Amino acid sequence: MFLSPYRVLDVTGPLGFLAGRILADLGADVIKVEAPGGDLSRRWPPFHEHHGGRQSLYWLAFNANKRGITLDLEAANGRFVLRELARSADVLVESFPPGYLAQHQLAYEQLHRENPRLVFVSITPYGQNGGHSGYPASDIEIMAASGAMSLAGEADGEPMRVSVPQAAQWAGSEAAMGALTALVYRTQSGRGQWVDVSAQAAVLAALAHAPVFWDLNRVNPERAGVYITGRSVSGARMRAFWPCQDGWINFIVYGGSAGRHTNQQLVAWMEERGMGADALRRIDWRRFTVPELTQEQVDAIEAPIGAFLATLTKQEFLAEAMARQMLGYPVSSAEDIHRDPQLDARAFWQQVGGGRPGGAIRYPGGFAVVDGERLPIRRPAPEVGEHNDEVYGHLVHDSPTVV
Amino acid sequence: MTTGAPPAVDALAGVTVVEFGGYAAGPAIGKYLANFGARVIHVESFSRPDGFRLQYPPYKDDRVGINRSGCFAFFNDSKQGVSIDIKNPSALRLIYRLVARTDIVVENMRPGVMARLGLGYPELKVHNPSLVMLSTSNLGQTGPRATHPGFGSQLSSLSGFTEMIGVPGGPPFCLYGPYIDMIAVAYGGAAVLAALDRQRRTGEGAFIDLAQYEAGLQFLAPALLDYTVNGVSPTRNGNRDRVAVPHGSYRCRDRRWVALSCWDDAEWSRLAEATGDPVLTDVALATSEGRRAHEADIDHHIADWARERDAAGIVSALRSANVHVAIVNTMQDLYEDPQLAARDVFQPFDHAELGPMRYRMVSYQLSETPGRVRSAAPRLGEHTEEVFKVWFGLNASEFEELSAQGVFS
Repeated sequence: MFLSPYRVLDVTGPLGFLAGRILADLGADVIKVEAPGGDLSRRWPPFHEHHGGRQSLYWLAFNANKRGITLDLEAANGRFVLRELARSADVLVESFPPGYLAQHQLAYEQLHRENPRLVFVSITPYGQNGGHSGYPASDIEIMAASGAMSLAGEADGEPMRVSVPQAAQWAGSEAAMGALTALVYRTQSGRGQWVDVSAQAAVLAALAHAPVFWDLNRVNPERAGVYITGRSVSGARMRAFWPCQDGWINFIVYGGSAGRHTNQQLVAWMEERGMGADALRRIDWRRFTVPELTQEQVDAIEAPIGAFLATLTKQEFLAEAMARQMLGYPVSSAEDIHRDPQLDARAFWQQVGGGRPGGAIRYPGGFAVVDGERLPIRRPAPEVGEHNDEVYGHLVHDSPTVV
Repeated sequence: MTTGAPPAVDALAGVTVVEFGGYAAGPAIGKYLANFGARVIHVESFSRPDGFRLQYPPYKDDRVGINRSGCFAFFNDSKQGVSIDIKNPSALRLIYRLVARTDIVVENMRPGVMARLGLGYPELKVHNPSLVMLSTSNLGQTGPRATHPGFGSQLSSLSGFTEMIGVPGGPPFCLYGPYIDMIAVAYGGAAVLAALDRQRRTGEGAFIDLAQYEAGLQFLAPALLDYTVNGVSPTRNGNRDRVAVPHGSYRCRDRRWVALSCWDDAEWSRLAEATGDPVLTDVALATSEGRRAHEADIDHHIADWARERDAAGIVSALRSANVHVAIVNTMQDLYEDPQLAARDVFQPFDHAELGPMRYRMVSYQLSETPGRVRSAAPRLGEHTEEVFKVWFGLNASEFEELSAQGVFS
């Protein structure tokens, strides 16, 4: 695999887990380093409960494909061991508060001196520099500071985050890109360097082009509940979420060639079901565009569409949208996703951890298919200290207390 | 982070990327590489411009125009833009020659389109055996719905994200724009960089089939595992958290909002003390079980406290008390955020039709080979001559002949 020659030391907390997971998915030997007793996030719900104990699903999700060792960085000989490991590592990823590693004689400068080829990746809520760099932030504060929450929720209501924390995934995935950019440079130059990742800045990616409305036209996009804004220069909003028989459907009136086709097909489908409407028949869909629509026009188009969508089930909509090559999707639950034949056809799911006390678990598999093969999950997330013996070998026999 | 002398070299100097397609999911990957010095050539044509140019606001001064889209610009800074009519037979030969000098091709056409154009991976590999090619699409290159069209703003629903946003029992809420496309950008970027590294070491190429759907599901992996092991489909739960209490966003006197959270008993006692609200210092709330049992009451008291204070004062007081807190930034606020400014996240460039615009530098910075926004986004076909005459080396008569055949139209 792409990264099979490389060893990565993953000294992160939850904010950095995904970076190492991505490098591991791409073939690197990633060693997760935890404090003795295990990372705090192992106690975060929800859990996989079984007769052999319980495991955090958060831990299992983002530490698969890694080996695991324990090491006490508060102890001097623990720090010595980490420096030894870093001498032969290609990449080190960490997510301590800025300054913590320096206080423990493990700063970038020191490890880089001992191994000039080391790519040293730091993931923090706000980055290493700037006035906010020392402040604590969990998912909700990062989602707030990045602007993401201001765009989600009812108009004028409480800004919302996604109920499955997202900020760490944005930070971790951008950190993987940063690590690999540095690694490509190292392959050419032989020189490692320090990669400084800000989670706040990483989540800006999630906003897509929303900031540009302010920068270009001094329009401040805001949350609008079930509506999308910013598609019309008149300021008209279009509805995205429509109740249906067993949940919700995401259907948006678009322009463009795919949108025009969708609208024509929907109108035809509605006519077949005896739910056609004059407001839709009057429109020449071949020339239909969105940016210049008024709110009144949008409302007139949407009313009969909403009435029609309310008669459908999620699966009925998806099947017909596929047959007619229409835009739009149901709002899927985890169960719907597990039952989606598209994912089965692509061998997305993978049974992982058959030898473990809880038995094998069906995992979302690797994130891409490379030369026809799904990137595999080669091993489940490690138990506490599972690979101490094979990683340390003789290294800690003199000082077993540090693990 | 230490800053030294200006870099002698860029991390991705000498790397050439060619991209076909449009919107966010393909082109945004090239932007990340361009910020670190890769030459990224964005291919479109006057007959088929990038969809972001004409279908998505904002436009400068709200006037729609092929070079007036801020949306297109935001994802395409630091690149060279060329116009090639890829359906022109002479264009195909030129593209094969271009690909022979390219390290990475990124495309996000509907699956099957590149092959029909003669630009599938097997064809391109004939001209460049080391080529790394990423095809990123909604649902992947294979499977029963591979060619089903879709946009990221709706794929964010098929993949479960919008199920996870809103209050329990209420409707799902929108995530802004093509949220899931941007997840696939990070995964696609990591994949092509890893493939590039192997290409540099061994000369091997690779074909990467990335489904935006499957990339997005990675960000929801704990919820998907919850169904696997517990048969539970988690759903939206407002701003509540499974560990922290309180955990939410609160409106302030100046109509701004703050987000805050408490992760242990000590942090809670610091928060309770900072509010000065005697109800919150009640011993019944000293444990996380106690706080969970009274979560709604706590929320009301904090909301009352916040409503009488300005957001900046709340953030300052709680940061002094070492409590998790942040302002809920709006888009306008981001451009004035001192922390983003300290990291030089928004970098201004002038554009012939958009005027000055601030482009987003990516979230990671490299100490020896720092990245930066290099230039404004290209106007359609802006660099066709520069790329093909100056860099690629077509002589004047070759270029004129291809022009006359309509290759660059």
